Amino acid sequence: MQTEIIISGFGGQGALFAGQLLAYCALDLDLHVTWIPSYGPEMRGGTAHCTVIISDDEIGSPLVRDPRAAIVMNLPSLDRYETLVKPGGVLVVNASLVDRQPTRQDITTVMIPATEEAEAIGDRRMGNLVLLGALLELLPVLPPEAVGESLGRHIPAHHRDLLKSNLEAMARGAALASAARRDAVEPEAVSPGAA
Amino acid sequence: MDLSEMVESLVYRKPDSLRDVETHYCPGCTHGLAHRLVAEVIDELGMREKAIGVAPVGCSVFAYNYFNMDFAEAAHGRAPAMATGIKRVNPDNLVFTYQGDGDLASIGAAEILHAAGRGENITVVFINNAIYGMTGGQMAPTTLPGQRTSSTPLGRDVEVHGFPLRMCEVLSQLDGAAYVARRSLHDVANIRKAKKALRQAFEVQLNGLGFAMVELLSNCPTNWGMGATDSLVWIEEHMIPMFPLGDYKVGPGVASVGGRES
Amino acid sequence: MARELLEGNVAFAEAAIRAGCEAYFGYPITPQTEALEHMARRMPELGRAFLQAESEVAAINMVYGAACTGARVMSSSSSPGVSLMMEGMSYIAGSEVPAVLVDIMRGGPGLGNIAPSQGDYFQIVKGGGHGDYRPIVLAPATVQELINLTVEAFDLAERYRCIVVVLADGCLGQMMEPAELPPMRAIRPSAERPEWALNGAEGRSPNVISSIYLEPLEEEEFNRRLLAKQAEIEAHEVRFRELALDDAELAVVGFGTSGRVAQSAVKFARQEGIKVGLMRPISLNPFPYDALGRLADRMRAFLVVEMNGGQMVEDVRLAVEGKAPVRFYGRMGGVVPFPDEILAEIRKLNAPTEA
Ligand SMILES: Cc1ncc(C[n+]2csc(CCOP(=O)(O)OP(=O)(O)O)c2C)c(N)n1
Repeated sequence: MQTEIIISGFGGQGALFAGQLLAYCALDLDLHVTWIPSYGPEMRGGTAHCTVIISDDEIGSPLVRDPRAAIVMNLPSLDRYETLVKPGGVLVVNASLVDRQPTRQDITTVMIPATEEAEAIGDRRMGNLVLLGALLELLPVLPPEAVGESLGRHIPAHHRDLLKSNLEAMARGAALASAARRDAVEPEAVSPGAA
Repeated sequence: MDLSEMVESLVYRKPDSLRDVETHYCPGCTHGLAHRLVAEVIDELGMREKAIGVAPVGCSVFAYNYFNMDFAEAAHGRAPAMATGIKRVNPDNLVFTYQGDGDLASIGAAEILHAAGRGENITVVFINNAIYGMTGGQMAPTTLPGQRTSSTPLGRDVEVHGFPLRMCEVLSQLDGAAYVARRSLHDVANIRKAKKALRQAFEVQLNGLGFAMVELLSNCPTNWGMGATDSLVWIEEHMIPMFPLGDYKVGPGVASVGGRES
Repeated sequence: MARELLEGNVAFAEAAIRAGCEAYFGYPITPQTEALEHMARRMPELGRAFLQAESEVAAINMVYGAACTGARVMSSSSSPGVSLMMEGMSYIAGSEVPAVLVDIMRGGPGLGNIAPSQGDYFQIVKGGGHGDYRPIVLAPATVQELINLTVEAFDLAERYRCIVVVLADGCLGQMMEPAELPPMRAIRPSAERPEWALNGAEGRSPNVISSIYLEPLEEEEFNRRLLAKQAEIEAHEVRFRELALDDAELAVVGFGTSGRVAQSAVKFARQEGIKVGLMRPISLNPFPYDALGRLADRMRAFLVVEMNGGQMVEDVRLAVEGKAPVRFYGRMGGVVPFPDEILAEIRKLNAPTEA
């Protein structure tokens, strides 16, 4: 079983770190994993995205065209990845920076005002973890508690004081996603020939 | 008030030598400022349609996206050689290179030295920001002693990495160099002086007097890890003492041309 | 040693350190700069030599010099920088000193871009610099393999007194994967440096390391020696990986990143019932000509996948000797193919018209 996740946003929104956290957790759980970032010459204000693949088997291509899930943190990312998520997949949208609803009916989508939620917890920079918490609620790829433990294990020393609020941010994202799912209609069944 | 009597006068606009595009440079970077000064001078000299620029490899690799004139893109460090080739077959064009400190003083040290030594009739705009911007903040040949970069994580240790190269001082020793000057872009008064020097450097070429270079002390807020304003202060407090401003070579005949403030 | 999540560039730099690399000379270039930055931090910590050279021309000549002392030495770069190193590589080959180079390839030609590519195959595998020489070339596809092959590169370089190039691309340099680093090897004491090395002619006649043979017959003799060495390398150092080829009728061939992307495509094709397998050359020189030749006797067709316009495919055709059709699928300029593109090519190859 292989799960592909793309996380995309502006540089500085923490897309790469959120992906790394998944990768660290997969490592801690002894799974196969690849993490590959976009990399470019624009230092400030450019886009940043990463692809994470988690599998119980050897991973071939570290890149995929159509991921099982995507976290999109800004409008250009939504425009780019909404169409690519596999039918039946999951799309988590940062509602704080995106002013349109996703249109796909064949995937589970949630809008999470991540920036505001993170601010409420104490630091707007934790928006990435709010979104990650939401993703893990909708996509059972890694147990959220295990991701939390990995965060504790691998968080850079100078951010250690943020650990508690980081965990809170993930929990908040999960709660919002679960509430949203209860309200939402299930994605349309995919017709067998659609693959 | 009679509106018909109001006259609209344009006091500030984009030079023709610059294109109307958005910048890709980081917020606060002085590359844009340097581009504008060069463009203004070329406009004032009426040479836009005669100009051929050579872009370096570095953050200004896309200089041709901003300058509204013919442009070539050189291999890393080779811009002076490329400009030599262009000028030798097209002596009537205004040929200039625009290079960073890694490009000019490190990988391209041989090319700049020999272009100056030959008295190549080109103009060189040299952006000294004491770091490698494009590749993410490694040591440049102009990195200050003690300055932390990603390849001198404990600060530049001169015992290991040697001393900064002062290119104006070096090149001014060469007989082929006609005009060599260092200016700074950290405040308005200095920006004005920089423009005057650039004008001089282009006029030297137009008068066939030989090699001219203006070094512009510049910032790199991103890789220095500071805000734009702090970075300008850093130029003044740290770079200028290491790289004093002034004219390092004003060859025979140069004093009589150009340099007028416009 | 435990598995860690490691970025390719950092992984090979640390692997080199643990393999006893005593000196690193380099120049920043994306997408391998993290290796230089890792060396900048680690080498001085360990009392070893790190220097950011003024250019790749200088870097490779610093490597050349250090290699003449018999020290373990390396550089790393990416395509445009490697082009600048070709002169030095030829001199190193012409002097038979051991050295290791890692090329994290990017899109070209010219300044190109910083995205992953395999466009340097010809340049690296066929020699690159002037004259008749070939480096040993190893092409990893995973971070673990990048680590292992970097360590091996130092051993091979010393065994054959030649250059070993680890040829990877931006994808592998930038990606993180769980991998295990080797234990730290002790640096060889300088008293134990090889007898040909330049360490001062104390109590022995002077050693000379040079690549000049003015007498053509002597130069020819030297070239013969290089050829004999190449034959030795071909006999002992061929490395490749085969997957699902036992009952296969079709074989996909790809190295490095394109090899692992092809691996995904082969897996999907197998799920569709297509009898296809993967042959991933790991040593590009020596190239697995014989292994591919043997496969050619039982394969209906080959598909070669590369991130270039078709370079290794020439060697595959040489190996297959016309016994089966060899098709090519390439993406260029920094584009990494997705598995579905390769799957589509496999389906085409499997279609009856292609048989
Ligand atoms: C042969 C070669 N080596 C290395 C590089 C990578 N590279 C691109 S820009 C650069 C440094 C540029 O620094 P600088 O000239 O100071 O200009 P800045 O980016 O600071 O404006 C390097 C090393 C390259 N493109 N070609």
